[in-house]
Amino acid sequence: MPKLTIDDRTIEVPAGTTVIQAAEKLGIYIPRYCYHPGLSIAGSCRMCLVEVEKAPKLQIACYTFVTDGMVVRTTTEKVTIARQAILEFLLANHPLDCPVCDQAGECKLQEFYMQFGQYDSTLLENKLKKHKAMPIGPHIMLDSERCILCSRCVRFVDEVTKTHELGIFNRGDHSELLPVKGVTVDNAYSGCLADVCPVGALTDRDFRFKVRVWYLDKTESVCHGCARGCNIEIHSNRRRTHHNDGRLIARLKPRFNGEVNHHWMCDTGRYSYKSIESDDRLVQPLVRLTGKGQEKSDWTLALAQIDEQVTHQVGRSGVAAAAVIATPALSNEELWAARGLFLQGMKIEKIAHRCTPDPNGVEDSLLRKTDTFPNSFGANLIIGQPHTADPTVDTILEAAAAGKIKTMFVIGGGLLERYSTDLLREKLRNVETLIAIQTHRSVLTEMATVALPMTSFAEMDGSICNFEGRVQRYNQAMPPVGQSRPLLDTLADLANRWELKTAPRQPENCFAELAQNAGYFAGLSYETLGDGGVNPSRRSATAATT
Amino acid sequence: MGTVRVIHVSERRRTLTFWERTYLLEVFRGLVLTARHFFVNLWRHSLWLVGVKSGPPGAATFQYPEVRRPQSPRLRTLHRLAKRPDGTPRCVACMMCETVCPAFCIKIVAEEVDDSSIEKRPKSFDIDIGRCVFCGFCVEACPEDAIRMDTGITEIGALSRDGMVLNIETLLSLPPKSERGDKPVDFLQQQLVQ
Repeated sequence: MPKLTIDDRTIEVPAGTTVIQAAEKLGIYIPRYCYHPGLSIAGSCRMCLVEVEKAPKLQIACYTFVTDGMVVRTTTEKVTIARQAILEFLLANHPLDCPVCDQAGECKLQEFYMQFGQYDSTLLENKLKKHKAMPIGPHIMLDSERCILCSRCVRFVDEVTKTHELGIFNRGDHSELLPVKGVTVDNAYSGCLADVCPVGALTDRDFRFKVRVWYLDKTESVCHGCARGCNIEIHSNRRRTHHNDGRLIARLKPRFNGEVNHHWMCDTGRYSYKSIESDDRLVQPLVRLTGKGQEKSDWTLALAQIDEQVTHQVGRSGVAAAAVIATPALSNEELWAARGLFLQGMKIEKIAHRCTPDPNGVEDSLLRKTDTFPNSFGANLIIGQPHTADPTVDTILEAAAAGKIKTMFVIGGGLLERYSTDLLREKLRNVETLIAIQTHRSVLTEMATVALPMTSFAEMDGSICNFEGRVQRYNQAMPPVGQSRPLLDTLADLANRWELKTAPRQPENCFAELAQNAGYFAGLSYETLGDGGVNPSRRSATAATT
Repeated sequence: MGTVRVIHVSERRRTLTFWERTYLLEVFRGLVLTARHFFVNLWRHSLWLVGVKSGPPGAATFQYPEVRRPQSPRLRTLHRLAKRPDGTPRCVACMMCETVCPAFCIKIVAEEVDDSSIEKRPKSFDIDIGRCVFCGFCVEACPEDAIRMDTGITEIGALSRDGMVLNIETLLSLPPKSERGDKPVDFLQQQLVQ
């Protein structure tokens, strides 16, 4: 393996590594615009110029491969002067848009200009005018004046999505990034264009002027849009509540995980955050008293009602006429607590998690999966495997329609995407005591004897297993909406009322209990899961071979 | 280590002399002092009135509110939002002033404009004068020279806390001191009218 020296520090890297990658391993950050680890190398921006000993000129770090005995210097005066000159070129036609540009605050031009700027302008010519504020797709706004022609976006649509919508047209300083004539940039991953753009040329239309990026707080999370479980960051606006239309979550951004989603995420997942603070969230417990309609209630009364109604109904019609639907939209911890309460505590055998597939589920070779539940793998492990009955949601619904089920708990979302409102209304008609613990208002909460609001994934810590079985953690990004409470608390309160064993209320402790009891999760904890998650099936496979 | 100097402060008051303790004589001496100032000022004002004396007349008392102290042109007074020649606000809602404000008294909500040469403008722009510390950072941070503190208005009051929050219409309507001249603006009156 070649051994090279960068800034007087030596490192051995495999052959075929570029200087920029070797420097990154040493923790030396070389400024770059066109280089992106998820795309091919263009070498067009010239920002990463470094001094290589015995080379006559400065070399670009992104496309210079390491050789044995190479000596690289990244901070010499020659390099600094070169970067200043490069920035002067890049900014020659760049408009002074920073006050209105959404990229301001996370713009690489701003960042590197602070380090290598000339500060005194030597420009005599006028700036070229190009297209401004040009919507090129449902999610992306183009400002070609701001573009520095690094071609990251062109390579993204050529190599990652293979949809080829963008190109650089014309020559010289009239070169301009534009969509191909008559084409809109509406591929399923178009939101990533705003991420790869190092400047403000491609910005997100959804995020446009909502809130300045420096007000945002970042929380590491996992997308709940499908079984892929893309690693994401939730950017929330907690400090200036009058921005972002008064909502907390401003945007979702992909977070690099080489095992799951690399640098990308799909548009469906990216804009799925809107449902978290949507107007149809269930924000208050609802209770239907005998002989009256459904009324808004409080937690004490609602829990007392569940206690009374369920005890009464189960006493009358028996445990065999009780069923639970716990959808795979729930976290491992929530499913574990539900299993503990319903299966082990109340001895309800009919506990279902498997549904018919979402008809809207799309699959492609990049990220999207047909299964739009985030935790089907975990639900199968926790609810499905331990007992043989394992009914599906369909069989439960059929049994309910046949009048064999009198008490039913419906916990977690995702059912409405699979079953129509009319179908659910028809099937659940004969259920006498329906307890819905839901995030959103729907036919389920409408029909419920008692409906309880629960937190969504952004309001709660937890862990889910993606389709490969990778266990990944997500973190709380905002306080619970309205009066909604974490499901773990609700289930523990119910268990206390019925004097059954409770699962821990803290997700971390609940996961520890799960790890002790379920073999798949053995030896795992929130600490060992870390930011990127762990795949125990892969770990055991490697352990078996070695 | 240097030596520590301890200063003893006497708590005892000075003992009055016999004449001071008689009181009446001291009252008379005070009257003499006041009368001397009165007559000296009377003399100076008279000379100033007939044009013999130049510069300020007599004692430097301003007959507020009819007469006001001259303001330095650099004085930071009540904010205003500058307009473009076409009357639209210069502000582009970049949030620089809101970010830099140490008193958190500026609240801006941005909106989009169809004109691609402007793109962004403030939908609302509120300054809570009750919280403002008149540091002038907002003026310094503004990249568009849109917020200025040159109205010359220093008398700011309202009958409620909400009244101290100036909205975008008020801020845009305030003229700079250079246009207004010495004509006073009764700020409270203006607030009440709204």
